[in-house]
Amino acid sequence: MSLREVSTASDLRDFYDVIVIGAGPAGMAAAVESSSAGARVAVLDENPRPGGQIYREITRNRPERRTYLGPDYWKGKPLAEAFGHSTVDYAPRAAVWSLESRDETVAQTRNVVGVTVAGSARMIEADAVVLATGAQERPMPVPGWTLPGVMTAGAAQIALKAAGAMPSGTVVLAGCGPLLYLLASQLIDAGVSGLTVLDTAQSPFRVGVLRHIPDFMLSPYVLKGIGLLVKVRRHANVFSGVNSIEITGANQVEGVKFSAAGKEQTIPTSAVLLHQGVIPSTSLTNAAGCELKWNDEQRAFQPVADHEGRTSKAGIFVAGDGAEIAGAQAAEVSGRITALAALSDSGLVSITAAAARLTTLHTQARRFLRGRAFLDALYSPRQVFLAPRDPETIVCRCEEITVRKLREAIALGPPGPNQLKTFVRCGMGQCQGRLCAATVTEIMAEEKKVSPSDVGTYRIRSPVKPVRLAELAHLPHTPRALKAVTGRDPVDHDIKKKSGHIT
Amino acid sequence: MLSRLHRIEQPVQLTFEGVVIQAERGDMLATALLAAGIDHFRQSVVSGSPRAPYCLMGVCFECLVTVDGAQNRQACLIEVEDGMTVLSQKGAPTIPELATSEEGMVP
Repeated sequence: MSLREVSTASDLRDFYDVIVIGAGPAGMAAAVESSSAGARVAVLDENPRPGGQIYREITRNRPERRTYLGPDYWKGKPLAEAFGHSTVDYAPRAAVWSLESRDETVAQTRNVVGVTVAGSARMIEADAVVLATGAQERPMPVPGWTLPGVMTAGAAQIALKAAGAMPSGTVVLAGCGPLLYLLASQLIDAGVSGLTVLDTAQSPFRVGVLRHIPDFMLSPYVLKGIGLLVKVRRHANVFSGVNSIEITGANQVEGVKFSAAGKEQTIPTSAVLLHQGVIPSTSLTNAAGCELKWNDEQRAFQPVADHEGRTSKAGIFVAGDGAEIAGAQAAEVSGRITALAALSDSGLVSITAAAARLTTLHTQARRFLRGRAFLDALYSPRQVFLAPRDPETIVCRCEEITVRKLREAIALGPPGPNQLKTFVRCGMGQCQGRLCAATVTEIMAEEKKVSPSDVGTYRIRSPVKPVRLAELAHLPHTPRALKAVTGRDPVDHDIKKKSGHIT
Repeated sequence: MLSRLHRIEQPVQLTFEGVVIQAERGDMLATALLAAGIDHFRQSVVSGSPRAPYCLMGVCFECLVTVDGAQNRQACLIEVEDGMTVLSQKGAPTIPELATSEEGMVP
């Protein structure tokens, strides 16, 4: 048995028991778990090969050729192999642009997924949809961050994994979070010619951080974390307590001006990599109408979900980092738990059969969640990087909306980000608010002196990925939709069309 | 802005703004262009400022290019193919000819 790779939209079935969106650790695990229980499963993923971002190109990479990636990366191999041997319909290079619920009967809801594969759109249905959409990096708006030569740390890591490529020349890595030091270590192993780390983390000697130390000491991350810090400090130029960053250059990065310990300095470089933690990717969850809630420890909105991934919408589940940030290994367990919950809800697995396995999985999940609270508290970004004060800094990169424009518009009293959007067009560009939503919420919360939870975030609407009008036009239409557009009953329409009297 | 740590094993040839570029089979277009020394992908639609990929994972939409005549393709989500013709996007897109041609007129 092995998976069936789907390369055209028409090769997908009309209906699946479970549709999994995303083929990272959570998505692959959900697919393996549900298909081995006998369910008909489709996995839709944007990339050409499975692995998500964390295990990017895991099926093609060989350890001897990519030694610099480090041991944790290869932990994805067994899961990717199990996924390769599963019986799912796997559609890579697929863009999922909508998800909506349709009530079949009072008791039954079907979820309809709009997807484009190889240039044609298709609507497919499932009893359960597992959103394993993963994480994205939290935006880090600093002056000059739109210049060519600035990328996220995650982007540099993707280039290393996918193409064995790294920034040419000296590199400045700026921000905070575990990924910053992991990437620094990988770049050192890959032979980077000069590396400066501008660590923007706040002092670790805070009550909110120290109280989580006992739990962290028992977590699997302790040795790894300490090892990384020691190694990076030995091989890179590390500045701690950085509280201001400005990227300089006319048409390209030329340098970074920063201040640490009250001293301002400038270093020349052609590559700056920014990172201040990751947040759940919620575009599709949000567009599907699932409720979101503010997570104050992780400073991000995440879907409202129970401990088995059930969202506020019937039959829509979330798993992995798209549900709450917990890392790759936790995501894998979360994918399995969510799949079992989905199958037992739709009656494909008996509740008693699922119970024993769920108990084991929940125990594993707790192990991987250990230490997370410490990391969240330790790497909580500085307010000045969450809600920048420099008036000319661009927040919405697509529409080029600055901090000044946002703060001025907020002073006019719009109640939330959605109204602010109509005032100044922030979040109305091609990325659909993916890269400014978090900052807009933070700035608004600061200006109004309320919690981000009270501010809320953009209401996202489908299509959440670009889809051509021609593709939408080719979809089968309901009689009601035809009437809405043509103003005629479909029956009349057909008759007139046949007799050639279209006016 | 990127350099490859390994030699290209299975070359794929494409063009960016008419310049021939070598890539590795399986590369994503954005990474391949960066590794070939292309640092500016497009000019922003509002101010015309130069832009290049920021996230490489489909989130930021900074890597939009025209691929084989189709506008606004995310270069980080497309695999390179032999003979691919890639163009930079300069500022806001316009609707060429179509708007004024008879074919494009709405009756």
